[in-house]
Formats: sequence, structure tokens, C-alpha cells
Amino acid sequence: MAATDGNRFVLSALLLIVLLLSGHQAQAATLPVDNVDVLYHRYDGGGMVIDGPSVLVRKSIGSQFSLSGQYYVDSVSAASVDVLATASPYKEERNEYTFGIDYLHDKSILSLGFTNSTENDYEANTVYFSLSQEFFGGMSTVTMGYASGWDEVGRVGNDSFSEEADRRNYQLGLSQVVTRNSLVGLDLEVVTDEGFLQNPYRQNRYLDPNDSTAFLYQPERYPETRTSTSVAARALYYLPYRASIRAEYRYFSDTWGINAHTIELGYVHGLNEHWTLEGSIRYYTQGEADFYSDLFPFENSQTHLARDKELSSLSGTTLAAGAVYEWKQTSLPGIDRLQFSLLVDWLNFDYDNFRDVTAAGDYLPGEEPLYSFDALVTRASLILEY
Amino acid sequence: MRILSILSPILLATLFATASGCSSVEPWVKPYERDNLADPVMSLSRHGKADSYMNHVYQARESARGAEGGSGGGCGCN
Repeated sequence: MAATDGNRFVLSALLLIVLLLSGHQAQAATLPVDNVDVLYHRYDGGGMVIDGPSVLVRKSIGSQFSLSGQYYVDSVSAASVDVLATASPYKEERNEYTFGIDYLHDKSILSLGFTNSTENDYEANTVYFSLSQEFFGGMSTVTMGYASGWDEVGRVGNDSFSEEADRRNYQLGLSQVVTRNSLVGLDLEVVTDEGFLQNPYRQNRYLDPNDSTAFLYQPERYPETRTSTSVAARALYYLPYRASIRAEYRYFSDTWGINAHTIELGYVHGLNEHWTLEGSIRYYTQGEADFYSDLFPFENSQTHLARDKELSSLSGTTLAAGAVYEWKQTSLPGIDRLQFSLLVDWLNFDYDNFRDVTAAGDYLPGEEPLYSFDALVTRASLILEY
Repeated sequence: MRILSILSPILLATLFATASGCSSVEPWVKPYERDNLADPVMSLSRHGKADSYMNHVYQARESARGAEGGSGGGCGCN
């Protein structure tokens, strides 16, 4: 019911924008610039190391079409607290391919794309469509997006296990020039899921009825539907010297009873014609899902059962720093612009009601120390425009 | 949400009527006044795929998802 109302609201909003756009003279839109975007990414923390490359190539065909293709890899080496509690460390790889086409027509940009992601126990497919248009003399840009995904969930070591999950995203965004030095952005996104939404490997625990100093595991059991709504506001201000400050806030709520807030502040400082430095701080906090518990009182004590730490009450802080080298009108043959960035993010997550069952020492069930971890994310990015 | 779905058609009609009357709105920041806005330090997605990668990192560790800004299309991952 909530999903239906959410969909109807978003569809009404999308329709409203179409009507608004039809009443205005739009400014000329431009297709994305031809470029090659190469990224190396590495995540290291909480017993997980995930790294790999990403390569995107974009090329225009004539003046109205732009084609893009991206290849992305996650090489995973996992020994996280969830894995160590009930299974053995493992390695796996996820490969993702995306193909997209952008079409400039009658002062709007229409984008269509397809993404396929495969790993040994999961396959995800997504088609997306978006429409972006500038109006009010280029002061406002409105973007509407829709994506539909269908996933196949498998389980290593159990060939007969096969489940499905479907997903739909509805997006609406507005970017608005406020003054010659400031921009604001508003975004709304509703996501609905249906199907097998839990991790087939994770389990939850309950008190052993025969021994109150011990606990037993049982499979996770999630609802088969979920609808979430996110609303975000962003503001960017150009300072009296060559630098900018940024503030963002996002509110999130879903039908599993989770509410979350995200706040981010950023600063970008232009050192000279080529170099800029940047730093940001991000704080995230969420409440737990209605059916989450670190320790259930007995087996099958309620309809839905989860002890996935991502559904618990938690908070996270990120400190980020980066350096960017930019070279416009390069003397390199065939390259108009080059940008190299090195970005490092330190993340810390603290859980309010997820306990670390792997902690050394003798603890009674429910008295183990609360879990927390930190991670370092490194990104090296090279963008060549031609 | 039910109130929203009832009000939506009214809201639509009102705004459509308003919109058709304001097609002469002039941009109050002229194109030649936008050099600061065009500076890369004022971009929300300057790092291309490196920016969307961070959304993927957070989506895997937090329940919140969506409205990250930038180009959408869904993550295509779990």
C-alpha cells in the first residue's frame, strides 16, 4: 500500500515537471564531453579488502548522440565479522558492464542505459532512463530518472538455490543557480524492492533454550517488499577567493522502520591554475529495522528476523582529503583536458546494538562488546577529454 | 501519503496554470556572470566515476540509499 502511494506521488511529481517544461523555452543543452575516465579503487577495513579498476569511454556520434561503455571490477577478499562468525573467509570477483546512449533532442537530453553485474552467486541487471533539461535561461536543470532492476540470487555450494529480487527507482532532481556565486540542488528518490531481499548467507542468533550461557543460529527472514524514500538538499557557495564550500543533508525513511540522516560539509581550495586541494567531513546515523535484534529470545520468536548489522542502529563518520591536478588545453596530442585526482577517505562505523561475537574472552550472550570498525578508501582517477 | 495523492492533481493543475503565465521569467544571473559557477571547484560531480563509486561504498554499509545527486540509474549491484 505504501509502495503504491509512493509510486503515485512520484509519478504525479514527474508528470508535473513534464507539464512545467512544456510551458517554457528551454536553453540549448549540451551532450557530455568525449572522455576516458579511468579509476583505481581500493577499500580496506572491517576484514574486507575490495579493489579493482573501472574504465569508462565516451564518444559522440554526430552532434546528437553520445555513446558510453564502462567496465568495473570489485575483487573481494572477505573475512568480516559476519563471515568469521558463521563461515570461512572467501575471495570472489564482481564484474560490471554498463552501456549507455545519450540523445540530444529538441533542447533536452534523453539517456538510456543498461548495466549487468555478475559474481559467482549473484547477477544483477538494470535498465535506466533519464530526461534532463535546462530552463529559465540555464538557471535551472531538472532531471527525472527511472530505473528497473531484476536480480538473480544464488548460493555457493547449493545449486538448487535460486531466488529473484526486483527493484524500481524513481528519481527527481533540481539544480538551481541562486546567485553568481551559489547553487542549490534538491533530490528525491523512491526505491521499491520486491522478492528475496536478504543475504542468503547471514544468520541471526537466539538464546539456547537448554543453556542460557550459549546461543544458536537460525536463517534470516526478511519481508519480501521494501519501499524507501530519500530527500536531499545541497548548497554550494563560491568564496571571495578561488575556493568553494559545500553543505549537504539527506533524510531517509523506509517501510522497514529505518530512518537515517546524512550530513556532509566540504571545502575545495584552488592553489593555482593546476592544483586544487579538497577536504570533507560526513556524518551518518540510522535507527534499526523493526525486525532487527542482536539476540532473539527464542527460535522463530517473530515473523521477520534480522541480525544484519546494516539493519541495526549505527552511526558513521568519514574524513576525506584529496588533491587534483588539472591541465586545460594540454599540449598532448589529441587530448583537450587532463585531470588526475588522488582521494583518500577514512570511514569509521560504530554499532549501537550489534555485538561482536568474535571478540576474545568469555562473554554471556548479549554482553559481548559492541562492534565497530574503520576503513580506508583510496581512489586514483584519471580523466582525459578529447 | 494518501493526502498527497489526493492533493497531487490539484497541485498539478495550480502549478501548470502558474507555469503557463511565467514563461517570460528572465535569468537573474546573466550568462556572462557565471564564470565562478563554471569553475570546477563548483562542481558536485567533478571526479566522474570516482564520485559514484563512493555511493556504492556507502550503499553496501548503510541502509539509506538514493538521492545522492549526480547521474542516476541505480547501482546495478547489491
